[in-house]
Amino acid sequence: MTDDPIIKFDNVVKRFGDLTVLDELNFEVRKGEKVSIIGPSGSGKSTVLRILMTLEEVNGGVVTVAGEPLWHEKGPDGALKPASEAHLRKMRAQLGMVFQQFNLFPHMTVLRNITEAPTKVLGLSKKEAKERAEELLELVGLTDQAGKYPHQLSGGQQQRVGIARALAMRPNVLLFDEPTSALDPELVGEVLNVIGKLAEEHDLTMLLVTHEMRFAREISDRVCFFDQGRIREEGAPEDLFANPNEERTREFLKAVLD
Amino acid sequence: MHWTEYFSPLMEGAWVTIQLTIYSTIFGAILAFAAGIGKLSSNWAIKAVSVAYIEVFRGTSLLVQLFWLYFALPIAGMAIGLDLRLPPVAAGVLALSLNIGAYGAEVVRGAIQSVHKDQHEAARALNFTPRQTLWNITIPQSIPEMMPSFGNLAVQNLKDTALVSLISLGDLAFRAEQIRNFTQDSTTIYSMLLVTYFGMALVLTAIMRGLEAYVSRWRVARS
Amino acid sequence: MLFGYEWDLSSPLAFAISILPILLTGMVVTIQAALLGFAVALVLGLIWAVLKAAPSRLISWPAKVVTEFIRDTPLLVQLFFLYYVLPEYGIVLPAFMTGALALGIQYSAYTSEVYRAGLEAVGADQREAARAHNLSPARTFTHIIVPQAVPRIVPSMGNYLVSIMKDVPVLSVVTVLEMLNVAKIVGDRTFDYLVPLSMVGALYLIMTLVASTGVRLLDTWLPKQGIPLK
Repeated sequence: MTDDPIIKFDNVVKRFGDLTVLDELNFEVRKGEKVSIIGPSGSGKSTVLRILMTLEEVNGGVVTVAGEPLWHEKGPDGALKPASEAHLRKMRAQLGMVFQQFNLFPHMTVLRNITEAPTKVLGLSKKEAKERAEELLELVGLTDQAGKYPHQLSGGQQQRVGIARALAMRPNVLLFDEPTSALDPELVGEVLNVIGKLAEEHDLTMLLVTHEMRFAREISDRVCFFDQGRIREEGAPEDLFANPNEERTREFLKAVLD
Repeated sequence: MHWTEYFSPLMEGAWVTIQLTIYSTIFGAILAFAAGIGKLSSNWAIKAVSVAYIEVFRGTSLLVQLFWLYFALPIAGMAIGLDLRLPPVAAGVLALSLNIGAYGAEVVRGAIQSVHKDQHEAARALNFTPRQTLWNITIPQSIPEMMPSFGNLAVQNLKDTALVSLISLGDLAFRAEQIRNFTQDSTTIYSMLLVTYFGMALVLTAIMRGLEAYVSRWRVARS
Repeated sequence: MLFGYEWDLSSPLAFAISILPILLTGMVVTIQAALLGFAVALVLGLIWAVLKAAPSRLISWPAKVVTEFIRDTPLLVQLFFLYYVLPEYGIVLPAFMTGALALGIQYSAYTSEVYRAGLEAVGADQREAARAHNLSPARTFTHIIVPQAVPRIVPSMGNYLVSIMKDVPVLSVVTVLEMLNVAKIVGDRTFDYLVPLSMVGALYLIMTLVASTGVRLLDTWLPKQGIPLK
């Protein structure tokens, strides 16, 4: 395992109008690490994921993925300049994202949702893409639903398809943006099971923004508590949940765990 | 002439009307997509042409457009040394297509913009190029949104075909005028004419509703 | 020579300038026909809307069929029908009136829908509140429902006025001297259709632009919640 972090945020600033959401954030993730990000709404948690997935730009600082800058590229003189679309596409290929609202393509069947990007973007043959999709459907436990349309599935099933769809692109880093927040309580478990299985059986780097504290505690190597655009505290789950150092962390945990 | 003898020439005219409607609706749809998507383009030249086309053809009268293509275009052609005389059929289909295309473009544009931003984010996350996203994700989802308005435009187009009779194109309205000039039997002829158009409009509406249901298969009813 | 104006065929620009007064004379007729047709459409549309909303099927159903029939048949044919058939039954109108009537009838089918949608949008709870305050049905209608319905109706009605303006040239087939007809006559006599017809197109763009802007201004000027009553 290399010493360099696979993800590095270096004094990253992100503003939405007058609001500073990320305030000189310094943050690292090592290869294969499973990191959970917790914290109050508006603390910038989802923004971190969205910046990594190239859905949001950075206003200051440098984001590095696998040693290369994400939103910048090295010009001919070695200095950093804003990234071109081609560079973003190259970098994006290493990342995948699972969305809170699933964001499945409603006009495609489950199978096609999973095979569409591999065929159109990676250039896989229909046969190869189908094989890959079927493997993934088995992984998430939805082999029978291949021919259904998203609106015919429950929220939990749709999210599992979302996970399979992201995995089909074989990313090195998988980002989960509050994957169970939009689900009815009884459907949350089936999705967490799949995520847990992934965490255990694969050395995929996983970044999970979640409100499911118990789950975060179970699967994470490290938990980061975000507050007002910075990491207030981070550490191994046993440490952070049992003995938080910061007052703010204590307040937050008390409020959500009760 | 007994009124039943009007059937044969009227039905010949009706067939011309139907063909005019089909051709101009199809060409119009192509123009609608081109201009609707063009208006959303980041390329300012494409956007300018699309906006100009839409504004000109929505802002002027169809009959003016038709007469211009049939009477004025040949003269413009002479000035630059080209033979731009259009036969009535060409002028008719062209005018109808251009007209309905301009109205349709706004429907297309609106429908494309109504596709939720989340879909574009999901596509971007999966590394689709903007063009792939437009053709494989956005446009297919926007089509059910367009259908109700397209249904109205199709019927409007059918009604508009009657105007081509004014440049001597042998459609239903033209044939009816011919018979009326011959027999002076205005009431009967025009009543039959109105009923025939009404019938065609009802059939067209039914077809468009069926099409609407077909393309909306994957959709949930909005609550 | 037309309407007392001579045209100058020395150059396209001179030609254009010389026929402008002629075309503007036609434009006045266009605007008059459009406004008259619009007025008929507003009145007739209201009648259809009331009939269609009648509780008795015997009244509402025929009204619905008639408006659908009007909506689905071409203006040109309706115009011919009125122009040639009415005289056979003793009703002889000047061509201009027949034209405006045809426009009004065709668009009454659309305006009746606007009335229906506008009135429906003023919620049933408004009517309940009025009843609770013991307002008579007539007063409820004029003081509660109509002032709230008007801002909703105006934009759509305004757009139909613009559409009517674009349909006026159809009246040229029954010899109404609106703008397109005038341009065609100039073209017939000078063999140059390009300049007159292009000018008509440009004048139409200006007319519709002015009218659309007028509608939009009226829409922003009207308060959304309803016309304030002292």
